[in-house]
Formats: sequence, structure tokens, C-alpha cells
Amino acid sequence: MASGYDRALSVFSPDGHVFQVEYALEAVKRGTCAVAVKGSGIVVLGCEKRSAMKLQDTRITPSKISMVDNHVCLAFAGLNADARILVDKARLEAQSHRLTVEDPVTIEYITKYVAGVQQRYTQSGGVRPFGISTLIVGFDPGSEEARLYQTEPSGIYSAWKANAIGRSSKTVREFLERNHKPGMDRATTIELTIKSLLEVVQTGAKNIEIAIMAPGKNVEMLGSDEIEKTVEKINHDKEVEANTRRAGRGGAAASAGAVGAQGPEQVLASRPAGEGGAPE
Amino acid sequence: MADTSASRESCLHVFELEVLLGITGKDFTIIAASKAAMRGASILKPNDDKTRILNKQTLMAFVGEPGDTVQFAEYIQANIQLYSMRNASDLSPYEVSSFVRAELAKSLRSRSPYTVNLLLGGYDAIKQKPELYWIDYLASCAPLPYAAHGYAQYYCLSILDKHHHPDIDYEQGMKLLRMCTDELKRRLPIDFKGVMVKVIDKDGIREEPYVDDKQVYAA
Repeated sequence: MASGYDRALSVFSPDGHVFQVEYALEAVKRGTCAVAVKGSGIVVLGCEKRSAMKLQDTRITPSKISMVDNHVCLAFAGLNADARILVDKARLEAQSHRLTVEDPVTIEYITKYVAGVQQRYTQSGGVRPFGISTLIVGFDPGSEEARLYQTEPSGIYSAWKANAIGRSSKTVREFLERNHKPGMDRATTIELTIKSLLEVVQTGAKNIEIAIMAPGKNVEMLGSDEIEKTVEKINHDKEVEANTRRAGRGGAAASAGAVGAQGPEQVLASRPAGEGGAPE
Repeated sequence: MADTSASRESCLHVFELEVLLGITGKDFTIIAASKAAMRGASILKPNDDKTRILNKQTLMAFVGEPGDTVQFAEYIQANIQLYSMRNASDLSPYEVSSFVRAELAKSLRSRSPYTVNLLLGGYDAIKQKPELYWIDYLASCAPLPYAAHGYAQYYCLSILDKHHHPDIDYEQGMKLLRMCTDELKRRLPIDFKGVMVKVIDKDGIREEPYVDDKQVYAA
């Protein structure tokens, strides 16, 4: 591996890789998971929280979700310290934009700016790339449609309906691909966000953080008791589903392939998007 | 160089005719600013807003050299908002006043200082007290129960000296303001197109409708 092409940042390896950028992506993969889901007139950010040590004061420990402006929310996965710098640059730009053109930034604009900064740090000497991916969500001023973008250490940015970054992001993304529907309402969107996080967060409600944004409103951080309630509901639904499936399977065997009258979860299991596997 | 400073001197008198008033009471601060945007003898705009919201509970009203005023106010606004975003908490009115004063003092000692006079109205949510700061372009800053800028000082401060009390409620505050604006209409040689009234209290900042069409005759 130590081929010499991973020393200086702005140097290509002969096969076209810039190793430092790829290592930065590796740092992202080791970061805690962050999820974002768009609904109709709502967008929800969910984060996995590292479990705090006994003497840590969790109330004033900084969160992985931060506000760039009143209408722009950002979550990241990767190196915390790098994120602070990047978020600060974004905040400065957001206010500077207000000052120069008397309008708040659009979500796309600030995403482009963040991605631009990240790109700059892959092409100049004496620096290293930001070891973070970000999810930037919010509503453009005067718009009712949610926006969700992702940026990467390389400076790539992309728009999504729902996405995950960080540890086990692939699992979560696949879960979202199976379960995301267009035009979800507030409750469904929040539930899907928490449900997708539960795929990778074993410890449950106390290690989840949820931020909700709606047009023209301030960000709302979901209280831990409400997250707890949703988690319980999800677990309860899962149990019910498992029980009915067990019962349903017995019934199906008896009637040898009878069609219909088996509850919605059976329909879900036979959906083509389920890729053959029954959802857990 | 001498020419520009001379023209600045002459401008200084024009904006003395603009009205800026501030009154605090038991649990509120009222800021009133004249609605006329003037240049020389002409009124360019009859509904000019001479205030900027700095954060949830601080409002800045400004008069002075046209151009300087808005430029300075929006620069301050951007910085105060940036502070709020960075620290997830707002600066108190007192802290804002220190920042504004420091910026003006810096500007005063630069090659082209801002010629801006300010009133800073706020409500300190922690102390649960209304606050008012009088700041001028020479970077003097004074916390006051009531204040005015320009010629309005000559007509209003005497009224406020006589009638103001720190414990007045909101209705009494508005009554005081009415006395002041009536006196200004009576005495000021120009039409300043009435005042725009903003109120800062525990619920934040709001614009208060202020009917001002009554003719006031000289006594």
C-alpha cells in the first residue's frame, strides 16, 4: 500500500486514484450513522449518538446535527473536529449571502458552497481533505418542498429523497430504498427515519437524535421521550407482524397456497422491490 | 480631502431632522423612527424603515449619513446573527451594545468613519428587564430609560423628563410617545412623515400600528 502515491495530497497514483481522498471516505465510514428522509412538507434528520461515558455531561456535549442558518440543517458523519470547521465556514457564508443579496441561502447554494470547500481541500498543498460527508436539509425561502443534499470529502454533491452516511450506511440506504414512499406525512417520515436508524443502532432510543424541519419554521429537536415512544411502537409493530406471519404461514400451509386475506405485511413481503427477502 | 469632510459636515445637519425616539417601561421598550427618507430639501420616500432586527430581542434604529446607515446596520445585523448561529444562543442587549460601540469606535479611527447615530432597544430575557442604549457616531454609549437623537432631543426630552417613570405600563408608554410625536409635529419645521413604531418585549419584536393623521396646531 505504501506506494508513495499516498503521501502528497495532490498527486495521482498511476491508475488515477487520489489516495488521500479515498482515505477520507474511509474516515466517513467509521463515523456514526446519519440519516435524512424527505416527506411531503417535512424533512427529518436522524443521527446515531455515541453512548456517553458515565461522567460525561450529555446536555452540553455538541451534537452531530447543527444549524447552518435558521432554515438549513446539517448532519455529518466522520471526524467531529473537521466538521466544526466546515460548519463554521458554511455559517459564515450563509450570513455573508444574506448581507450581500438580502436573501437567505437556498439549500442547493449552501450545499454547493460546502462541497466547493471540500473540493478545494483535495487540490492544494499542505492541507488534508475533510474527513466528513454531510447531509444538508431544509426548505428554500418561500418554498414548501423539502430539499436534501449530500456532500462527500471529494467535493461531490448530490440530491436525494432519502439517504444515509457513515457506519453501515449501505444497510440503512437499502432499507430506505425498500421502504421510502413518495408523499409521506410527518408521522410516517419520522417513523421511517427512526426505523432505518434502528437497523444499525442496537442500543435503541437513547442513542438516537432526531431533528425535524418544516417550511418557515425553526428546527425541532425531537425529545427523547417521543423517540422512545416511536421506538416502542416500531418494536410492537414488528412483534405483531412476526406473530401474524407465523400464524399466516401455518394457515397458508394448511390451505396450500391460498391467495389473499393475509394482512398487509404479506403484501409487503411479496413486493418486487423487496428483492425476494422478507423485510424484518 | 478637505472638500469631502466639508460636505460631510453639512450633511450632518440634514439628518438632525430625522426623528429617533426610545422609551422603556415596566416590561417593554418602544422604538419610534421617522418614516421620511430625506436628501437635502426633498423627501425621497415616505415609508422608510430605519430599523433592523439584530436578534430575537434586540432592535437597532439608525439615523445619519444616507448609505452609511444601512451599510453599518446590516453589517452589525449579519455579525449578530452569525453569533447566534455559531453559539446557538443570542447576545443580550447589553452585549450587543458593547459590540456595536466597539465597531463604531474602530470605524471612528479609520480613514472613512461611519456617520451613524443609533438607538438600541431590547428586552433582556434573563434579567426580565427592558433595555435602551443611546449610541452616537463618536461611539459614546449610554444606557437610558428614554432617549432621542437629532432635533427630537430638544422637544421630547423635556416631556419625557417630566412624565416618564420606569414603572409605566405599555398604554402609558404609548401615551407618552403620542405626546412626543404631537410636540414634534408642532415644533419641527419639516414634515417627517410620521413615525414607525416597534415594540420589544418578552414575546419578541413587533411593529405597532400607529395612527398619525391628526393635525396638530401650534399652541
